[in-house]
Amino acid sequence: MSYVGQSVRRLEDPPLLTGDAMFVADLAFPDMAAMRVVRSPVPHGRLIGFDTAEAENAPGVIAVLTASDLDLPPIEIRMTKVGGLDPYRQPVLAKDRVRYVGEPVAVVIAEDPYLAEDAAELVWPEIEDLEPQLDPMVPGEFEDGLSSEVALVEKGYGDVDDGLAASPHVLEVELRVGRHTGVPMETRGAIGVWDPVEGVLHMFGAAKVPHYNRFAIATMLGLEQDKVHLFENHVGGGFGVRGELYPEDVLVCASAMRLGRPVRWIEDRREHFIATNHSRDQVHRVKVGFDHTGFIHVVDDEFWQDQGGYVRTHGATVADLTGAMLPGPYLFPAYRSRGHIVLTNKTPAGTYRSPGRYEGSFIRERILDLVAAEMAMDPVETRRINLIPPDNIPFDRQYSALATEVTYDSGDYGRLLDRVVERLGYAELRADLQSRRANGELVGLGVVCFVEKSGLGPFDEVRVEVGGEGSVEVITGAASVGQGVETAIAQICADGIGVDIDSIRVTHGQTDRIDRGMGAFATRVTVMTGSATSIAAAQVREQALQQAASLLEANPADLRIERGRISVEGSPGGPSLTLGEVAAAAAAAGANLTATAEFNTDHMTYPYGVQAAVVEIDPVTGGCRVTEYLVGYDVGRSVNPMLIEGQLVGGVAQGVGGALFEAFRYDESGQPLATSFMDYLVPTASETPQVDVLLSEDFPSPLNPIGVKGAGEGGINAVGAAIAAAVGDALGRQDAITELPITPGSIWAILSG
Amino acid sequence: MIPPRDITLLVNGREYSVQVEPRKTLADTIREDCGLTGTHLGCEHGVCGACTILIDGSPVRSCLLFAVQCQGTAIETVEGLATDGVLHPLQEAFWEHHGLQCGFCTPGFLMLAKGALDEDPSLTRDELREVLSSNLCRCTGYQNILIAVEAAAARMRP
Ligand code: FES
Ligand code: FES
Repeated sequence: MSYVGQSVRRLEDPPLLTGDAMFVADLAFPDMAAMRVVRSPVPHGRLIGFDTAEAENAPGVIAVLTASDLDLPPIEIRMTKVGGLDPYRQPVLAKDRVRYVGEPVAVVIAEDPYLAEDAAELVWPEIEDLEPQLDPMVPGEFEDGLSSEVALVEKGYGDVDDGLAASPHVLEVELRVGRHTGVPMETRGAIGVWDPVEGVLHMFGAAKVPHYNRFAIATMLGLEQDKVHLFENHVGGGFGVRGELYPEDVLVCASAMRLGRPVRWIEDRREHFIATNHSRDQVHRVKVGFDHTGFIHVVDDEFWQDQGGYVRTHGATVADLTGAMLPGPYLFPAYRSRGHIVLTNKTPAGTYRSPGRYEGSFIRERILDLVAAEMAMDPVETRRINLIPPDNIPFDRQYSALATEVTYDSGDYGRLLDRVVERLGYAELRADLQSRRANGELVGLGVVCFVEKSGLGPFDEVRVEVGGEGSVEVITGAASVGQGVETAIAQICADGIGVDIDSIRVTHGQTDRIDRGMGAFATRVTVMTGSATSIAAAQVREQALQQAASLLEANPADLRIERGRISVEGSPGGPSLTLGEVAAAAAAAGANLTATAEFNTDHMTYPYGVQAAVVEIDPVTGGCRVTEYLVGYDVGRSVNPMLIEGQLVGGVAQGVGGALFEAFRYDESGQPLATSFMDYLVPTASETPQVDVLLSEDFPSPLNPIGVKGAGEGGINAVGAAIAAAVGDALGRQDAITELPITPGSIWAILSG
Repeated sequence: MIPPRDITLLVNGREYSVQVEPRKTLADTIREDCGLTGTHLGCEHGVCGACTILIDGSPVRSCLLFAVQCQGTAIETVEGLATDGVLHPLQEAFWEHHGLQCGFCTPGFLMLAKGALDEDPSLTRDELREVLSSNLCRCTGYQNILIAVEAAAARMRP
């Protein structure tokens, strides 16, 4: 039996079901102190000084630390370093200016979290208010003489200006995607533990990129790499925001070293909403040139991305991916993208699941629906004539993203669209909605196409070790944020060696177990770690067969391994050995069954999909309900369909949030208006539609040995696009839907003309 | 500071004698003083439901109660669900139907569902959806949680 391709239930679940799982807030160390962060109450100001005396004398307080107590460099940019970003990096604690409500200005360390919180309220930062900058389209100054527009990211090909001049039809539109973000159910947290005798620093609560963060923390604190270890515990959701290096991670480490006691910080939900990365938040101005057939010749897009108070670890990633992925599955013979990254006095923004694609898919699919509406064409037909034909794939987009060339590796976009149209019963569904509309109901359908990306390199390394009892450990530098990494990797390894999945243990996110690792982001783990695992498992299998051959006096080519037992092919009941026996024999001979393998790639693999939404609008309230949802998605090859569907369905729910409910709004003075779950509306079971998943394995990726393409971000990618199309259809006003989220208020405004 | 008080809490059938400040929440007390960290905190505002436990059989938000209020009540947390290493039908069903991803919200959903089904095992799908919308999950899109709870309900019916 093969595990790959089966909906194996997850190895990770038992401790999560019984309450035994240890999330960072569940860990405690002897003599541990609690850290509370004092945050700026104003969006923009000059930091003049502090009155900390009262806090220092408060019960249980161990220390109050400000920037002048801790000499720390700003937080480095990890990804997409375009030139000139360095002056915009965030300090660990504000030094002379504050740039958003929630910026850390001091920390209070006390005997317990209640006392730390009490004392933090007694620290008074003295701040001279400055005018807040809130509109990214009106850049100001970040500091004297330095513009708040930090970079312009450009991409494109073809002759855009001539193309527009020659187009029989040109449309221009301004489109906006609101500010929202991942909001995992577990807030962030970190514990620093310093061992002064060994000179070793441990940090618990790592996620996403433990190896990179070890490097960054060691560098910032002036420690040797091998004197710093990060530990990933159970992680309550990542979605792009968790696990980046934040000020608080460095602060628990620096405080622990200074005080000689373990220091724990657990974010509260209000802090999470103002301190953890926001995302999205773009304004696009697009010009589109097309002809009478609905074929789009030119897309010319200029956009402004509000990245908040500082450039954090992601650098220019979101703007880079927006420009690169906006054309999606369509030909668009000429394309120009100019993205302005602008800082404002709001919470800094980074990546959130499907960064740049959620935004870009909304923009692109709005364009398709506007063209269809203008030409009175069927929207699916409009898409079909613009799709890249299968003969053109592999398709070179002629520019790069995340420093890799964008080349769609495999697929047939029209075929997946056909399959979705069939599954929907498109013609009947449209006719049915049409007649319901004729009866006065506000119902509509949106069908949209998209391309995802996955499997970012450059490498991943895995070590597979067989123990004396035949147990197998897979050690990887990948990380888990709750997506089922252990199970998927164990499935691949079990097949690769020929053992039961229960004999496999997957170790991840522990920097003391493996020297290198890229972590979990950009939907890379199944592709990169999975590929490295399959290579290492094949090597271990080969070693086991060689070893067994000499023990069984057989030819290795005649042996087989099944469920951890090695026997001679075609002789049932003949002599056999368990993998454990072979491993023990190998160890006795001084040759452990173990292999380290690496998988390298310069190219990402590009899964693709089609999403469809049906919505119903309440004419009285303007409320929008998503009544049906379908995701068609090509994953090349699915390791575990149940987990993939889980990823896709969960992504849709988050996408619905960004399309209809979630928004970080600010008042005109720069105060955040969404600081609790009462103001920031995450969809519940009542607002989340039933999602039908059509999983396609039509086109295995040629870029890796298992043929997989990642599924982590394909659910959320086009939800804003699909719901916007459906609402436009319901209202018969595609032109009126220009902004996410689509709130009852905005629908009401359209309805009342 | 108001001096701490000595109280006794009955959690999963076991008595815990603890000393707490009157302002200490039940959730913090269960987690820190009783050492039962399966009850999670996602908001401390009473919205997300991650901290849901049962008090005298009814689901409550343990972040909204003070420990000193809860003497003399019977408290159940996720740690009490499985008996002698055998998973409760709800736990089995969540595992079988992939009703969890990161698992952070899971204890809250399990306790919410247990409270609801113990009271009325015949809840319909729509009624269950209504009940389950009191808690938040950011990973699963709720679909498999609903399927799992329905499956468990079928097994729990007498
Ligand atoms: S932590 Fe109690 S409801 Fe969220
Ligand atoms: S499984 Fe992650 S929040 Fe529900």
